[in-house]
Amino acid sequence: MTETEKEKLTIVVFSGELDRALAAFMLATTGASMGMDVSMYFTFWGLNILKKNEGSIKSRGLMRRMFNRVNRGGSKRLKISRFNMFGLGTWMMKRLMKEINHPSLEELITMAQEMGVKLIPCTTSCGLMGIQEDGFRSGIESLAGAAFFLNEARQSKVTLFI
Amino acid sequence: MKADESLDCVGLYCPMPIVKTAEKIKQLKPGDVLEVLADDKGIKKDMPAWCEATGHECMGMEEAEGEIKVYVKKTHD
Repeated sequence: MTETEKEKLTIVVFSGELDRALAAFMLATTGASMGMDVSMYFTFWGLNILKKNEGSIKSRGLMRRMFNRVNRGGSKRLKISRFNMFGLGTWMMKRLMKEINHPSLEELITMAQEMGVKLIPCTTSCGLMGIQEDGFRSGIESLAGAAFFLNEARQSKVTLFI
Repeated sequence: MKADESLDCVGLYCPMPIVKTAEKIKQLKPGDVLEVLADDKGIKKDMPAWCEATGHECMGMEEAEGEIKVYVKKTHD
């Protein structure tokens, strides 16, 4: 299949929870393994998935700095969407994943990047939450807005909102 | 069924068998047959679907004692 014949898969990732992030990346890697051209747009809580795991998130303004401290994010810190039970549920989920040899979210993200999946943060969410380019993990595409996303979506065979 | 290469995905859940198949297929020549071993029952539907999407040929499946063998023929580069 040539580049021009590849079917597009577009995934909007609005959620920042571990289970939703896993679903998004499992679909993305599967799409890529089927020869699809996959783009993922991270907006609002989805940005938490792309935040770097180490170091501190620099931002301007007291409210944003406080917010990024309370809402630190990063693939290793995400919680499951239900039964988190102050972290116990998330810990159990991670244990279960290890038991069945399921790749961790971090491994899935790396896999997706190696397979050519594009990870794109939303400009407005970045401005709102005070995240700059250096707050993200490496290998992220440059920021984009809603018009760019919708133009991709209208050309996509499959568009998903997670 | 005879195969040119084998890929062991026993113990791996969806989508890993498919992701690994896609990776391994790149290393084969058109005409080669890949034998994929898995125990996740989802592969019975997943592999034919992957073949439909990629154009490779799903040659058949054998199931014995919880282990499923799927044969995929690479049809193009």
